[in-house]
Amino acid sequence: MSAEGAAAQTVRITYREAMRQAIREALIRDPRVFLMGEDVGRYGGCFAVSRGLLEEFGPERIRDTPLSESAFVGAGIGAAMGGMRPIVEIMTVNFSLLALDQILNNAATILHMSGGQFNIPLVIRMTTGAGRQLAAQHSHSLEGWYAHIPGIKILTPATLEDARGMLWTALEDPDPVLIFEHGGLYNTEGELAADAGAVEIDHAAVRRAGSDVSLIAYGGTLGKALRAAEELAAGGIDAEVLDLRTLRPLDTESILASVTRTHRAVIIDEGWRSGSIAAEVSARIMEGAFYELDAPVARVCSAEVPMPYPRHLEEAALPQAATVVQTVRAMVGKRD
Amino acid sequence: MPSLGADMEAGTLVQWLVKPGDRIKRGDVIAVVETEKGAIEIEVFVNGIVHSFTVQEGEKVPVGTVLALIAADGEAPAVPTPPAIKPVPPIAPPPVRPVTPAAAAPPPRAEKQPAPAPGPALQPSPARLRISPLAMRVAMELGVDPAAVKGTGPGGAITRFDVEAAAKAKAAPPPTPPAAPAPAALKPARPAMMAADKQAAMRRAIAAAMARSKREIPHYYLGTRIDMSRAMAWLREENLKRSVNDRLLYSVMLLKAVALALRDFPELNGFWVDGAFKPGEGIHVGVAISLRLGGLVAPAIHDVDKKNLSEIMTGLHDLVKRVRAGVLRSSEIADATITVTSLGEQGVEHVFGVIYPPQVALVGFGKIVEQPWAQAGMVGVRPVIMASLSGDHRASDGHRGGLFLAALDRLLQEPERL
Repeated sequence: MSAEGAAAQTVRITYREAMRQAIREALIRDPRVFLMGEDVGRYGGCFAVSRGLLEEFGPERIRDTPLSESAFVGAGIGAAMGGMRPIVEIMTVNFSLLALDQILNNAATILHMSGGQFNIPLVIRMTTGAGRQLAAQHSHSLEGWYAHIPGIKILTPATLEDARGMLWTALEDPDPVLIFEHGGLYNTEGELAADAGAVEIDHAAVRRAGSDVSLIAYGGTLGKALRAAEELAAGGIDAEVLDLRTLRPLDTESILASVTRTHRAVIIDEGWRSGSIAAEVSARIMEGAFYELDAPVARVCSAEVPMPYPRHLEEAALPQAATVVQTVRAMVGKRD
Repeated sequence: MPSLGADMEAGTLVQWLVKPGDRIKRGDVIAVVETEKGAIEIEVFVNGIVHSFTVQEGEKVPVGTVLALIAADGEAPAVPTPPAIKPVPPIAPPPVRPVTPAAAAPPPRAEKQPAPAPGPALQPSPARLRISPLAMRVAMELGVDPAAVKGTGPGGAITRFDVEAAAKAKAAPPPTPPAAPAPAALKPARPAMMAADKQAAMRRAIAAAMARSKREIPHYYLGTRIDMSRAMAWLREENLKRSVNDRLLYSVMLLKAVALALRDFPELNGFWVDGAFKPGEGIHVGVAISLRLGGLVAPAIHDVDKKNLSEIMTGLHDLVKRVRAGVLRSSEIADATITVTSLGEQGVEHVFGVIYPPQVALVGFGKIVEQPWAQAGMVGVRPVIMASLSGDHRASDGHRGGLFLAALDRLLQEPERL
């Protein structure tokens, strides 16, 4: 009975499907919500997130756009100013650079430039990250760049709950929110509460409690951090895994709290090391928890190269659980 | 208790860095004394064995009081002192050899220079203790001397674990006599006085010295403009050849030039004591260093005329660091034979200095300013510095003082020879 009860409360689901349910729920709940982007309609989305939605909601609300990121992101900003709640999908973060002018100079800035008169309740979703042999024009992790910009929020759902729940909260936000979905996560599968819904987007989350080191990760690196923590546990090192969830505004308090518990920190970030969000997290630890540190903060980031195409080179360029394990072991030493 | 300044009357013995029975060499730092100028390390000037202490930690005694008995080489019994020293000091002296003083104090130079004359350390400042911020904090809380802890962290760094292990080892009562020295409790270098008291005390010390100077010393003042274009051009070239850490400041050239010029003007280098001039042994240039919280001290760089610019730079760097940390050595504080003050950074052009008694001269430098400069019928723009001399008219006359400044000028026109 109890097993059946538990089964009744959760469903087996992929990250992609959780994301699709989130969009579907938003379309049903709020008539102002619509989805637009390249191939989101007839093709079902480049990563198949929106498959079936055109049939269900029609071309007014699931809109295919021309291949012009600047134009359709700008259209999204206009729609948001006009009272709609657009979800704009950009195929990958690399292509979002074509719309960077719209995102930075308009979406992030208009509230300020209008003296607080015009909010831009816009949500932009895009794929980020490597690991699928898509080479150097489709594989980078530039969310750290976006996290540099005041005026927008940066979300990086790494779990099924967040894939399912962050979108609605983002749509409720009166200001622009960018959601970065790591391409390697779409096929991950797991149990999700059947009644899963909106989640808060203001806090980092401890995904695994530990006492020896804080592994600070987000999006595509969370799984690697958790795997590293398992391996470390086998060697007697008790790692805490902190999922940042939101890169802007950073939940500094949770970061400092975790480091204060463990006294060591390794930041795992698929972005390039120089000027990365990992660098920002490290700086905040230094500013706020220096006297808690028992070792220098370490970072495991991507190699500073255009992401290679061959599988073995791509794997070598990316942060891996093994690298994290190695870094932590060197940091902790043999005992403790 | 050594006199660590003309106006010092008493000092507090803060910490013994040796214990009875220890063999000591000339130049070793054996104790820390608190004065109004901060914590000062006391050097020893003989080789021998520490026999016993006559002043205990925490006691404040007048200048001239015997602090300890040392059996000099030759007069000591072959067997070290243990039989003789029944009266072991009630406060167990920290059995720390000079190699491992409290963390606040840099290791003394004795470690690398077995028998140095007053010349200060030539080696760059010693390596910093590799200890994590957390471990340092825990060490303070537990009263563990980090210098005595063996590090097992990355690169041999001391971690919290190491500190806690050391504290545990210390707490566990070893029934055997403590042959292995337990780590000395980390003493704050300045236990006696609060910061505000220290400020007030330093102000009083400066007041006493300066009032005495103006009361007793008939000052004369001379000033001259010096063209610094050759010196600065040479320095630029020279620094291009050096790594960033080894680069020179122009003030080092000024110090060297002053020291070289003084060789020919011994009446400016020394002390006025008991109604007569006593020339200094060596040219030990006191460098006025202002403190962040106000006040200043002028510890000496020894034998500046015999040092090359790199050595003076190292000495200067080391002095500034230790002044700010409040740790100076007795010889540095007491035996400057002249003082140089450079107020250029504050933006003034001309310094009218007050001599630090019992010294008899003070050389001041203002800031380097670009000025129209006429020479050989031509006008050009040159970096110019105003050098000034405050002289004690009892010991020297303005004529000689003027020649001294002229010699200083000549030296700065040949920077490659400094």
